[in-house]
Amino acid sequence: MATADAPPLLELTGISKSFGGVAALRDVDFTLRAGEIHGLVGENGAGKSTLMKIIAGVHSDFDGRMAIDGSEVRFRSARDALAAGIGMVHQELSIVPDLSVAENVYLGHQPVNRAGLIDWPAMMEGARAQLKSLGIDVDPGERIGSLPIGLQQLIELARVLFSGARIVILDEPTSALSPPEVQILFEVLRRLRASGRGIIFISHFLDDILSISDTVTIFRNGRRVVTHATQGIDKGWVIERMIGGGHEELEESYVGAISLHSRPDAPVVLSARGLTLGRAFADVSLDVRAGEVLGIYGFMGCGQLELARALFGKVHASSGTLAIGGETRRLANTTDAKRRGIAFVPESRRAMLFHHEPVFKNVSIAVLDRISRLFVRPAEERAIAKGHVDSLNIRPGSVDIPLGSLSGGNQQKVALAKWLTHPPKVLVLSEPTRGMDVGAKDDVVQIVRALRDRGMGVVVVSTEPETVLSLADRILVMKKGRIVREFASETISKDRLLEAA
Amino acid sequence: MTSPATESGSARRPSAMGRVLRNQMRNIAPFATLIVLLVFFAVASPSFASLDNASNILTQISVTGIIAVGLTFVILCAEIDLSVAAIANATGILVAYLTLQESYVNIPNVPLPGWAAILVSLIACAALGVVNAFGVTRIGIPSFIMTLAMMQIGAGICALLVRGQIAYAVPDLVTTLGSGSIGGVPWLVIVLAVFLLAGHLVLTYTRFGRYVFMVGGNREAAEYSGVNVKLIIGSVMVISAVCSGVAGMLGVAHFGSAQQNEFDSYLLDAIAAVVVGGTSLFGGRGGIGNTIVGLCVLGVLNNGLDHIQIDSFLKILIRGLILLAALVINVYAQRLREETAAG
Repeated sequence: MATADAPPLLELTGISKSFGGVAALRDVDFTLRAGEIHGLVGENGAGKSTLMKIIAGVHSDFDGRMAIDGSEVRFRSARDALAAGIGMVHQELSIVPDLSVAENVYLGHQPVNRAGLIDWPAMMEGARAQLKSLGIDVDPGERIGSLPIGLQQLIELARVLFSGARIVILDEPTSALSPPEVQILFEVLRRLRASGRGIIFISHFLDDILSISDTVTIFRNGRRVVTHATQGIDKGWVIERMIGGGHEELEESYVGAISLHSRPDAPVVLSARGLTLGRAFADVSLDVRAGEVLGIYGFMGCGQLELARALFGKVHASSGTLAIGGETRRLANTTDAKRRGIAFVPESRRAMLFHHEPVFKNVSIAVLDRISRLFVRPAEERAIAKGHVDSLNIRPGSVDIPLGSLSGGNQQKVALAKWLTHPPKVLVLSEPTRGMDVGAKDDVVQIVRALRDRGMGVVVVSTEPETVLSLADRILVMKKGRIVREFASETISKDRLLEAA
Repeated sequence: MTSPATESGSARRPSAMGRVLRNQMRNIAPFATLIVLLVFFAVASPSFASLDNASNILTQISVTGIIAVGLTFVILCAEIDLSVAAIANATGILVAYLTLQESYVNIPNVPLPGWAAILVSLIACAALGVVNAFGVTRIGIPSFIMTLAMMQIGAGICALLVRGQIAYAVPDLVTTLGSGSIGGVPWLVIVLAVFLLAGHLVLTYTRFGRYVFMVGGNREAAEYSGVNVKLIIGSVMVISAVCSGVAGMLGVAHFGSAQQNEFDSYLLDAIAAVVVGGTSLFGGRGGIGNTIVGLCVLGVLNNGLDHIQIDSFLKILIRGLILLAALVINVYAQRLREETAAG
């Protein structure tokens, strides 16, 4: 670690930033030293992303001062920040899947030969050497899209470093990675630390933060709660400061064990036998029972997203059968699935909702065929939507404002609300609480439980163990497209779940 | 380092008024264009601002307008139909082909009773629309390419039927609607008004219309909401083809002849009318109201340029520039909306 009197690599003092009168950051101090991995935790909306966007030059309009190596800077754009040696690896990778590894590493500054053409041999060699220095052994000529997601991420990291970044911001880098991939990433990060770079590691995965970082800073409600050396603190300590007390149930789902209450004698509302779809999933058999929440857990890319879509008729399994209420049939399309009483909420709200349309149209779209034969009836649509908005506590309470002006958690509730007017027999939820703050998560948990208690069969597909543990009565674990384990009527903890996957 | 950031930050925050203006940009800009053009031509040419000329303009935009109604549905779904003019031409020729021609017309045609000729023609244009729909939704050909092929197929049908000749006679009903008038109002204008009204009612008040907007607004979300997206897209392709077919039949009566390449300029005009009016090229925004304004802009422009002393070859260039300006506004309006929604 650098000596105490050398100026820190990055220093922010008294940073405040507000959006339209709402304070996102209040008088925040933050220091990153060379050769340090600095973990950043906090619930969604706590201010982590805003701070990172200020550092990365996305928000140029803020109060307070920022200094690199002791000299004050103020970025006007992301390009300024990049030029000053700040690089960011986003959760959504910005690689070009159809280009080779080398082209991706050199994206934007390919070496050229004398004729002004791309110098392919130099690019291939350079990329190979660059990746090798990070301990990554991969053919630079390979199409990047065909590599595992973990490798793609490392290659993106390599690109950021290649552009000269001394400060690297990683946003949720482990969310899509399997444990071995996480270990490889950590190995790379340790090398970067040793080379004197400063790394900011933002994550919801506290275990990951605690195992890799040197220092942890905790945010809550736009304020920095505490900065502490990672040594000597544990998860409970962090959660306590993140949440600020009063959320015992969710805290339990974070750390403790929960007992599952499956209902083996309840009627089967949806069953799959030997479902197979190309490389996505194979030989999946499962039963969804009325009044039971079936959790399907697996790491990103294990085929669970495709499986969920197959249950809703969005994609078609190449073999295997689906039976709905005991009757075997093939779902022609999503309309067919809806008619048969199956509903689906995908993991991406963008893919589910109409951002420019008012809330009531977002709610009514799924039931238009029931409430209107030929002509639409906006008054009834508004009344239905208003009922859901009130009962689900969606804010703001108006049904005429565009959906896009709602917060993420409220949007997710709208996505659920659209299926509640005429409750389906089976509700398939993909990542129902991803990217939500604790309060909104809690609301979703309550809604799902209420639906289950009314006799709905619910399927919850997620890559987050907490989500599955807090919702499910029975859990299937998926691994590389297959169901490898079932947990029913027993006590289970996060470690056992992770172990199974 | 001094920073004016905080001050400019509050100054840059859009007022409620500004927000409304940004949101309504796609509706305001075409309307403002129309007003400017009207004032300009009224001042520049004394013969422009007369009741007779207003009637002229309406008649001139009628055939384009009927095509544009169908095209509005397609563009609202974020698709495109490049075959509208070819289908109009083919249907117009077909209805003449099925009508008894004068003996000097050298076409081996198949005369049917008037109602049968009209019915067969309507079925034929709907069938071409079904082929478009099938190609786009079942096979998965992008509509741009599928309808490009259909454009050629339509031209081929025209060529085969008239073999370079010109037919004149069409069924009486078509002749009346295409070139007659009642109480001084051309039937053609009345038909246009009926199509515009019907299109507006369907888009605004029916479930199908709502689905059209939702599919155009976010196709994936519509599918995840259980909307039969392929059915909706297929339907708009057929609606577009039928509108084109009707326009083609009436156009033939209006021009007084049925021949190849008669409707070639109508493709661009119809697309221009929809887009100039402010219906989003990305789907989900706009409607018949926009198309009406777009039609008027186009009609006033085409007609007004005839009233002032201007090189007739320059007219073509001016039309192109106006269309380009409309496209710029269309895309810009989309961006403004997205920024407003995000902020």
